[in-house]
Amino acid sequence: MTRTDAKTMTRKQKRLTLIGAAGVVLAAAAGLILFALNDQIVFFQTPTDIVQKGIPHGQRIRLGGLVEEGSLRRSDDARVDFVVTDTTSTIAVTYQGILPDLFREGQGVVAEGVVGPDGVFVADNVLAKHDENYVPKEVAEALKDKGVWQGQN
Amino acid sequence: MIVELGHFALVLAFALALVQSVLPLVGALREDRPLMAVAAPVSVGLFLLVGLSFLGLTAAYLTSDFSVLNVYANSHSAKPLIYKISGVWGNHEGSVLLWVLILVFFGALVGLFGSTIPAPLKAATLSVQAWVTTGFLAFLLFTSNPFERIPSPPLEGQGLNPILQDIGLAIHPPLLYVGYVGLSITFSFAVAALLLGRIDAAWARWVRPWTLLAWVFLTLGIAMGSYWAYYELGWGGWWFWDPVENASLMPWLVGTALLHSAIVMEKREGLKVWTILLAIFAFSLSLLGTFLVRSGVLTSVHAFATDPARGVFILGLLVLFIGGSLTLYAWRAPMLKQGGLFAPISREGALVLNNLFLSAAAAAVFIGTLYPLALDVVTGEKISVGAPFFNLTFGPLMVPLLLAVPFGPVLAWKRGDLLAACQRLYAAFGLAVVAILFCYWLWGGKAALAPLGVGLAVWLMVGAVAELITRVRLFDVGLKRGVARLVGLPGSAWGTAIAHFGVGMTVLGIVTASAFQDERILTMRPGETVELSGYDVTFDGVAPRRGPNFQEDVGLFTLRKDGAVVDRLEPSKRIYEASRMPTTEAGIHTAGFSQLYLSLGEARGDGGVDVRVYFKPLVTLIWIGCVVMSFGGLVSIFDRRLRVGAPTAARSRSKSRSALPAAAE
Repeated sequence: MTRTDAKTMTRKQKRLTLIGAAGVVLAAAAGLILFALNDQIVFFQTPTDIVQKGIPHGQRIRLGGLVEEGSLRRSDDARVDFVVTDTTSTIAVTYQGILPDLFREGQGVVAEGVVGPDGVFVADNVLAKHDENYVPKEVAEALKDKGVWQGQN
Repeated sequence: MIVELGHFALVLAFALALVQSVLPLVGALREDRPLMAVAAPVSVGLFLLVGLSFLGLTAAYLTSDFSVLNVYANSHSAKPLIYKISGVWGNHEGSVLLWVLILVFFGALVGLFGSTIPAPLKAATLSVQAWVTTGFLAFLLFTSNPFERIPSPPLEGQGLNPILQDIGLAIHPPLLYVGYVGLSITFSFAVAALLLGRIDAAWARWVRPWTLLAWVFLTLGIAMGSYWAYYELGWGGWWFWDPVENASLMPWLVGTALLHSAIVMEKREGLKVWTILLAIFAFSLSLLGTFLVRSGVLTSVHAFATDPARGVFILGLLVLFIGGSLTLYAWRAPMLKQGGLFAPISREGALVLNNLFLSAAAAAVFIGTLYPLALDVVTGEKISVGAPFFNLTFGPLMVPLLLAVPFGPVLAWKRGDLLAACQRLYAAFGLAVVAILFCYWLWGGKAALAPLGVGLAVWLMVGAVAELITRVRLFDVGLKRGVARLVGLPGSAWGTAIAHFGVGMTVLGIVTASAFQDERILTMRPGETVELSGYDVTFDGVAPRRGPNFQEDVGLFTLRKDGAVVDRLEPSKRIYEASRMPTTEAGIHTAGFSQLYLSLGEARGDGGVDVRVYFKPLVTLIWIGCVVMSFGGLVSIFDRRLRVGAPTAARSRSKSRSALPAAAE
């Protein structure tokens, strides 16, 4: 069946099929990308942003700032609670899991998750520095804006 | 002294690269044989000089010569020997030097072994390769000199980032770089062909082994990097959609597309213009990856200490090479003669489909990786694009591609017969259905999509085997003759089947490890036991231990199955003496293709410790599949038909023999 179809196809038809297929795949890809960009990107926010803007519950965000000194509490089942501050506002964070090696009080941190109905940020992923020279970039810039940045560069 | 020698060799190499950039190309355009003949020896000389320079830096590391800034900043006398060697490229300057070394290595390979390539194409290719080399040598010499001295040398170095003190550093970057930079030679071939204005099926034949070689290493490098991140970073994941990972995935996707479109060009003279474009894109994406990783635009494990001048310099190189080659392409490509047409259902059609999906997937990764950067520059808004984006875009684009993979090799060129193709794949289809039903029966409704994923993997693996078996009609001609025919199949047929089988293995590993991962996060005290996927994991306590240049707290865990001890795991928290930096070492137990993964958190005051335990069924197949894919590529490289250069050579051996020395000059 396909054999006779192919035989009777003219050059033009062959070319059109090819272009048509390419168009369909590319349109599908473009659609997927646009949909995902609308839906799946995560905005970076500081505690002040959250307090001022009022992020809707359930929306994923990346929260960045410094871990407030003396705020770290550990409980069983590997649960940790700490407070993230940008020196103007603070927000409480709860997380179950293993904290990164370089997670320290007073140091920069980025937590990914959602703000719960009680205003506590429920993180499912916590990132800290990879090495001594590295502070999450967003955190560094947000802190620089506030004039409390003390690191190099 | 040896350090100055290394520096001097680098300067000489720069001068030689300038010579190679100009003379052979002029020769090729004027058909001047003596000028063209300059290319081969100069390319070898270039390799020797850069090699000498690299050895110079290595020597400085081995002797812990802290009067060299680079050694001081990245090494320590107490570091084990292997990390002194691998530390050479565990920093910005050294890694760029390795980049250039591989660049000139590929040039030298073409110079030495490209004897079947026509002299003008060879000369022009080596010239283009030298342009890239010149650019990166200038980058090294002017912004990232690895041989810089410190006037008053310190007694001890600062040590290497502990995350990099691992056997992975000795393997992952060189493999990845050979892949990344290997694509440069395909790029050079493409640009040379555009300059000379002559591209035919033979071009694809000469270029395909080089593409394959780069692809094999790129595949291995990415897989190795993935496994390294898996066991070293302690997060237990094998792919994070980190921008740096994406930077290596993009050239891989385009390189894979290139590999397949070059087959169409070689066999059917089709897709010429497209293949050239892919060759340009593949290396452009490698350059982009280098820029993203080395410029400090991204913050990641890969970003070494950064300096804005370097970012601007690489950006300049990027604009020059990508912009230049695309302009040349826009000008010259319309002059290329179009190849033969083909019916939609045909081998060509299947390969076009492969190219469409791979390119679309590469575009999705590209947008996901660069959109946050672009948005930051334009609006200042900070966003992150993570796994959900890529799962939603990359995933759906991969599924139809993978479904189509077994059809490619069983369809005929030019005009395929879908019915006949289906007949050859009956067995694969049947077994895939059986696998899906079996999985539903086994797991019930636990994960609705997973059985379909397993079915897809079985379809890929059995499809690859079925292609070989039906090709030689194993069951029609009898086992003995069938096996003889199998052995006699060309390397490229075997390579295709093996690589596609590897894809199936990787898919199987991804599906089972993500759908059926068992995970526990808890705080354990000595003597406590946690049960997970049939294993009992008992925490026996924490013991301190000393390594060569670190101290560690080792968590002692006993692994039991049905009461019998199967393994003892010792995940640890290390503190490196030089940098006082902590790292986590995971404890891994491998059973068959599955792994139990144990990662340690912070210790509590009362002897308890936070623990994360995973059971990942068939997870190792993800990487084994990649190794199998690479092996398939390797088998394909050694296909006799690719090694014998010119198409006429197969017809008359004596003729080809007499033609060889002439071409080699």
